[in-house]
Amino acid sequence: MAAIHTPQAPRDARVHVSMIVNGSVRALTIEPRTTLLDALRDELALTGPKKSCDRGECGACTVHIEGRRVLSCMTLAAMHDGQQIATIEGLERDGQLHPLQGEFIEYDGFQCGFCTSGQIMSAIAMIEEAKAGWPSAATTDVTKPFTMADLSEAEIRERMSGNLCRCACYPNIVDAVVEAMRRS
Amino acid sequence: MHPFSISRATDPETAIAAHVQDPYLAFIAGGTDLIGLMKDHAALPERLLDINTLPGLARIEALPDGGLRIGALARMSDVAGNAEVRRRFPMIAESLLFAASGQLRNMGSMGGTIMQRTRCAYFRDEDGLPCNKRRPGSGCSALHGLNRNHAIFGWSDDCVATNPSDVAVAFAALDANVIVRGRGGERSIPFTEFHVLPGNTPERDNVLDRGDLILAIAVPARIEGRTSYYLKVRDRQSYEFALVSTAAAVAIGGGRIRSARLAMGGVAHKPWRLTAAEAALQGLSLEDIDTLKAAIATSFTDARPLAHNAFKVELAQRAALRALQIAGART
Repeated sequence: MAAIHTPQAPRDARVHVSMIVNGSVRALTIEPRTTLLDALRDELALTGPKKSCDRGECGACTVHIEGRRVLSCMTLAAMHDGQQIATIEGLERDGQLHPLQGEFIEYDGFQCGFCTSGQIMSAIAMIEEAKAGWPSAATTDVTKPFTMADLSEAEIRERMSGNLCRCACYPNIVDAVVEAMRRS
Repeated sequence: MHPFSISRATDPETAIAAHVQDPYLAFIAGGTDLIGLMKDHAALPERLLDINTLPGLARIEALPDGGLRIGALARMSDVAGNAEVRRRFPMIAESLLFAASGQLRNMGSMGGTIMQRTRCAYFRDEDGLPCNKRRPGSGCSALHGLNRNHAIFGWSDDCVATNPSDVAVAFAALDANVIVRGRGGERSIPFTEFHVLPGNTPERDNVLDRGDLILAIAVPARIEGRTSYYLKVRDRQSYEFALVSTAAAVAIGGGRIRSARLAMGGVAHKPWRLTAAEAALQGLSLEDIDTLKAAIATSFTDARPLAHNAFKVELAQRAALRALQIAGART
């Protein structure tokens, strides 16, 4: 594509997308340029995922697609037809918070709270990645199998580095994650 | 973002034909680079073709001969977590784990991660400072601007940008191949020839043509594969692009280097292979630091640092030495 070419707005370019969001089928008619984050926030009123950097640099928009943590600002809703999406709004069960939500409160894992939804969604999936045996950049030897016993605080910090906290609650966030893992 | 349309690819042939016919169509897979470029108006496709729906391109195959075939749609995190990738070529797994964040690695495809465009701030800038890569002929703001993060090898007056991909450095060191299907059928591109130097066409990052669809990256069996290491030096310890990085793989016999493979990231417009150093390292002992340093230095005689990045010349040589030592200690 030429760098200076100015694109023409396609007419009638809206697309139909149906996603399973927090367990419910949600059908949308949206412009193709709608990010998953904008679809969740503006079309479905799920404002847990936050629009902060909007460039994939801060992690505040983290949600799960098919159980995996992703940045909803860096993908288009139209690319996820038929897929399972989970946001922080879907974590609570029968009035009970998810254990990680409880530990974030217990350990003061936030101040302003703007990054918290992303931190919690990221941490939940991060623990599953570790259970699956995935190593990280903090892993001493990637050639060896990774077990949950290897999931040190240094490992947690590295694995959570995609979630920034401008209030710098990092020590408390790590404590909350450690305690949630210990209890699970 | 500007308005565009989107559709889903059904099969490679139709996708390739659409890409050939329509100069304003772009393939999208993970989207983590393309969507950022679109938000910064550095890419303005009118039509996106979602290739995530193409079947069979996400496989990671450990071949019986000791090599790998990594499908273009395999996600970075799946490759980094794969037990055979980690065992056969630890530096491939490490280069992926040192890149981006957990979320982005779950999204980024292997075909996309080697196609990433430069992180040069002038290229990414929305406000229209001169950049030949973004607007050919407008000039290079980095040449006499802020160029601490830029190239020390192979740059031209038209562009001093570096390639940001980590795993591309490992693939270059291993002489992997990019398997591409295009309008002329399927072909295999040697990895060291996949990316190009800027010359006077810096808008071009690689040799791909319209209609070319990356199918896989093929990594041949290498005797140095298991004793390999990826070292990344950056301003921030995690979630940051490289100042310099080294992919080092070394085969040791009788206490001496039988063969070495070395490539560097963060120093050029393409992964930079240290060919002279590889030859000079043969027969040396990993204990003899002075001769190792001298051997590595043979690849730095043609280094041309810019105003703000002379430190990279020394840093890169130290990184190469350290990576070589760590790789060699991995038995």
